[in-house]
Amino acid sequence: MKPWSNLRFAFMRGAGLDWMTRLSSGPRRPPASREPFFGPPLQSRHELRRIMTRHYGLARYVKGVRPVAWVTSGAPVELLRAFGCYTLYPENHSAVCGARRMGPELCEVAEDAGYSLDLCSYAKVDLGHALSGRTPVGRLPPPDLLFCTNNICQTVLYWFKALAHHYRIPLLLVDTPYVHGEPDEAALRYVGDQLKALVPELERITGSDFREERFREVLLSSRRSAALWGDVLSTLQARPTPMTLFDAFVHLAPVVALRGLPVCERYYEGLLRELKERVERGVAAVPGERHRLLWDNIAVWFALQPLSRLFAENGCALVAGTYTHAWAEPAARIDERDPWGSLARAYGLIFLNRDLESRLDLMEQIARDFSVDGLVLHSARSCKPYSLGQYGIQRALEERLGVRSVVLEADMTDFRSWAEAAARTRLMAFIESLEAA
Amino acid sequence: MASLYGGLDVGSMTAKAVVLDADGRLLGWGMAETTPQLAVCGREALDGAVCAAGARSEELAFVVGTGYGREALPFVQKRVTEITCHARGACALFPGAALVVDVGGQDSKAIRLDASGRVLAFAMNDKCAAGTGRFLNAMAATLRTGIEGLGPAGNNSTRELAMSSTCTVFAESEVISLIARGEAVPDIAHAVHRAMAKKLAGLVRQAGVGEPAVFTGGGALNVDLVRCLEEFLGVSFRIPERPQLTGALGAAHLAREATPARSL
Ligand code: SF4
Repeated sequence: MKPWSNLRFAFMRGAGLDWMTRLSSGPRRPPASREPFFGPPLQSRHELRRIMTRHYGLARYVKGVRPVAWVTSGAPVELLRAFGCYTLYPENHSAVCGARRMGPELCEVAEDAGYSLDLCSYAKVDLGHALSGRTPVGRLPPPDLLFCTNNICQTVLYWFKALAHHYRIPLLLVDTPYVHGEPDEAALRYVGDQLKALVPELERITGSDFREERFREVLLSSRRSAALWGDVLSTLQARPTPMTLFDAFVHLAPVVALRGLPVCERYYEGLLRELKERVERGVAAVPGERHRLLWDNIAVWFALQPLSRLFAENGCALVAGTYTHAWAEPAARIDERDPWGSLARAYGLIFLNRDLESRLDLMEQIARDFSVDGLVLHSARSCKPYSLGQYGIQRALEERLGVRSVVLEADMTDFRSWAEAAARTRLMAFIESLEAA
Repeated sequence: MASLYGGLDVGSMTAKAVVLDADGRLLGWGMAETTPQLAVCGREALDGAVCAAGARSEELAFVVGTGYGREALPFVQKRVTEITCHARGACALFPGAALVVDVGGQDSKAIRLDASGRVLAFAMNDKCAAGTGRFLNAMAATLRTGIEGLGPAGNNSTRELAMSSTCTVFAESEVISLIARGEAVPDIAHAVHRAMAKKLAGLVRQAGVGEPAVFTGGGALNVDLVRCLEEFLGVSFRIPERPQLTGALGAAHLAREATPARSL
């Protein structure tokens, strides 16, 4: 069994999968005609599609060949890569389900099983998938292990416990204390020590030895990916911006799901090249850009299109976001010469693990760097840690920056609580007030 | 032929229209009940206003549509949100207005304005029936006062009752148990208004309290509600003669401003 699986995986990883995808998708369709208020689409989107399809496609053949790990978005995945794990991100998968408008149906599966209506919809979509097997990406390999860090929220802890119980597999957990004010060195040492202590566990579970050299390579690559992603985002400082945050939400997938792998670095090198070229040639993502906006919180995946259209139609370009920037954060902190300490800093000090004051400072900085004249705060009904305190943030930022803002009530995937007409009115009223200012 | 300007506000319960002349004088207004054919009832309200103005539709030089039905009106030249229209309408009636509270059929909003009438900030309740005209309708039905009778009833209250819930569904059952307990209708009505005003006060504080303050929308017709909100916020409200028309009036002014005055 094993040799055959190995062979199949090797073949698919070589030419097989790309070849199959080409066969099944037929000739490449000419791009749908774009409406005049959008600039030309990014060429890199083809490559993005290829690598992400490949990531999910290969996952089907990996079972039994490499240990499959499901991880939270804020987990130090570099450690798992050093053991050759194939990693999948339930959150990323939930976002894909959200974009394909499968949120409510998967949430309902979880609710029918007894999960609360108020639980995070990323968790419910994932649990709904685990219980029903339904997914828009064909099939996901069940995990051999779970890896969770509570630096984004406490929900993931219980969600991953439920998964561990469901699949009857080990759950590895790294506890990252919440940071009030200045980072606490003792707390960071505690995080680093937990990471070190995982090594023998992972050796036992995966059956491979820890190779420090490989680990350092992964760290280096991860830092490069994050730095490249940071450079990609920096191009949005240009006026007009060469892409909007709606593009960034989509082009974010590799740094979430593939960081630490060469394919991720290569992808962002290409994207960065394309964007720099656009900036040089003055290609605008939103022709006639009049307003530059900052978006707070995760995307409203099921409404990306109508929202991007509404903003573009009215000359508004979303140029900065806290969620997209969070993925460039570890860049500065990872240092392969101090693997444990720097990894602890990189993941222990992320945006969502810090107090409101630090969040506020960071948002103010981003708003200034990207010269925004308005804020759109997405209050995601089911993501409490991200949405709590937004009204206070709104008031403080309005004062500090002298800009206008609007709170949009929505969710990442669950559109049962989404009122399109009301949302439209709110956003249009906000845009009208920007125009009048 | 005179150049007239129309404002049409198609809300969830009624469509309202206003016609102005080139100098911004109100010539006529019309209303129609909102039906699923938004364009038809919108047209009806607008025709009513044109007719009341003693004019003909061809004389309309520009019409601005607003309200939740605005996207469905093919005959308007421009669409503007209720926020901007209510702000504009309130400023036309009360120059210098700093705060507008609007309680409409399906939502309520608070709008904070700067000295020149530009929208600084706004807060909306567009998700929950509590705090909107629907809530008042439901309460009036339960108390059998009729929507017009609810305000005066509350005004006659002599005893303060506690009401814990502003959720329309739960409030209804709470009201029913108050009735069963033998409480007087005026006291219950007043408790309902206090509960609703409390919710509205939160909304207003989100946008920012300011004076002069204007109360618009059908909710402004409820004297007791207005008084409760005044108490909570410590402001006194100015009420237009026909508060429901404020959005349409603002839209008509925006229509007038959208077309540059023709020099003859
Ligand atoms: S609650 Fe928010 S941070 Fe936590 S998993 Fe859900 S979406 Fe992510």
